[in-house]
Amino acid sequence: MKTIAEINEKIQQGKAVVVNAEEVIDLVKEKGVKQAAQQVDVVTTGTFGPMCSSGIYFNIGHSKPRIKLGGGRAYLNDVLAYPGLAAVDVFFGANALPDDDPRNRVHPGDFNYGGGHVIEELVAGKDIRFTATAYGTDCYPRKRLETWLNIRDLNEAVLFNVRNAYQNYNVAVNLSDKTIYTYMGVLKPRMGNVNYCSAGQLSPLLNDPLYRTIGIGTRIFLGGGVGYVAWQGTQHNPNVPRTESSVPKRSAGTLAVIGDLKGMDPRWLVGTSMYGYGVTLTVGVGVPIPVLDEEVIRHTAVTDAEIYGAVVDYSDAYPNQKPDIVGEVSYAELRSGAVKLQGKKVPTGSLSSYSRALEIAEILKDWIKRGQFQLTEAVAPLPGVESGVTFKPLRERPLEI
Amino acid sequence: MAVTKRVVLHFPRRLVEQPVIYRLVRDYNLEFNILRASITAEPEEEGLLVLQLKGEQEEYDKGIKFLLKSGLKIQSLSQDVTRNEARCTNCGACVTICPPGAFQVDPKTRQVSFDHEKCVACGLCIKTCPPRAMEVHF
Repeated sequence: MKTIAEINEKIQQGKAVVVNAEEVIDLVKEKGVKQAAQQVDVVTTGTFGPMCSSGIYFNIGHSKPRIKLGGGRAYLNDVLAYPGLAAVDVFFGANALPDDDPRNRVHPGDFNYGGGHVIEELVAGKDIRFTATAYGTDCYPRKRLETWLNIRDLNEAVLFNVRNAYQNYNVAVNLSDKTIYTYMGVLKPRMGNVNYCSAGQLSPLLNDPLYRTIGIGTRIFLGGGVGYVAWQGTQHNPNVPRTESSVPKRSAGTLAVIGDLKGMDPRWLVGTSMYGYGVTLTVGVGVPIPVLDEEVIRHTAVTDAEIYGAVVDYSDAYPNQKPDIVGEVSYAELRSGAVKLQGKKVPTGSLSSYSRALEIAEILKDWIKRGQFQLTEAVAPLPGVESGVTFKPLRERPLEI
Repeated sequence: MAVTKRVVLHFPRRLVEQPVIYRLVRDYNLEFNILRASITAEPEEEGLLVLQLKGEQEEYDKGIKFLLKSGLKIQSLSQDVTRNEARCTNCGACVTICPPGAFQVDPKTRQVSFDHEKCVACGLCIKTCPPRAMEVHF
């Protein structure tokens, strides 16, 4: 019905009709799928939650005399980095911790500072303490480097997240008799609370459940700047039970995303501490969905009442890789403040910020309306249901001693 | 008019052996509920007590005057646990953790409000908050 090229022409002329993934719900209800598909050109989505598997890489430039960091050790504000790529290219992950952080030695550990926090500070333009040791070679003689780094002086600084924007996610409870401290937050004993973490009806992949428009090369909002879908994310798992309208009922698709860190904003990359678990980065991702036809807009009109999450016990089923679930609840129920599980009314808490996800969808809408953000054609699709791609557990083959 | 208020009392060393709270009950007819009590190691300040006080406004005022005259330092609780609005992402991880339910999600805006009046300064939100937006100052 419409092509991306046609939509881009409208964007350029400032004539594109753009709505966010919440507004499209009422629009489709009022006008019907057919008329809404004709009227709307782009639906913007958004999500803002703690996203592990986030990281950055950067190039610090060569010192005089030169140093080869590969094979040595490097730290940013005492947090461990990975320099094993080359001489002065460094990878740095959101979960990394300082060597002297006590972790969970006294459980639950605080995890006040780590990789996610360093990334936030770097993006905010703060000076970062870089310390490294190397073994020295004839061509790279230097063995120690201690210097301040600032993002503006780096040759490249790139956010590269290997798994973000999960299409649906577990809903967490604790069936045991003691409080547990998880990446899904603090879970009170005997199902004292329920935590969830999805933007639901605003979430990018829940608005494009069969990956019809979101693919490799899709231009997106990333951390306040512009990024791209680089690949399917790790653990991408399209083959899960789905509702009649194709919405996954379990954690399914994921995105690997990439973008220029120098163009990002610390408001959308927030260092995050999960009590008793570790550190991570809360990331803002927004994906535009071009309304190519009626099916596309029907999918974007999905509501929280039609999205179900699996309730998983994080005291036993999750850590021990058991498939059992406590039940299924809709995101509408979760957002109401309490859900009924096993005859008990349980209060709900969210780790993902719906209001900030909506803000992302609005920013992206604004960019497109102003003509400063054009849509891209995917250069290759993400593996779909028919691909046979699955998320396998580790098959352990113990080493012989 | 009956009032219910939460206060933080800082006891200097010389008052630790005085039955100050007992006097509040006997002389000013105030009900008290201890929300938190601790002894700090700092040389200038020996005891800290977080109280909920309930009684007639007039007697409450007199009771507070008596505490001040005795040499206690008084803070109202809302100054003690604060939210760093710039850091809060309005996720809602605090909502189910807070025992008195001081955090609430607005069903319309999905923003999380913090009601100082309900806060009992237990401190559970401090480490539970993923971006660490909650701060405690005693």
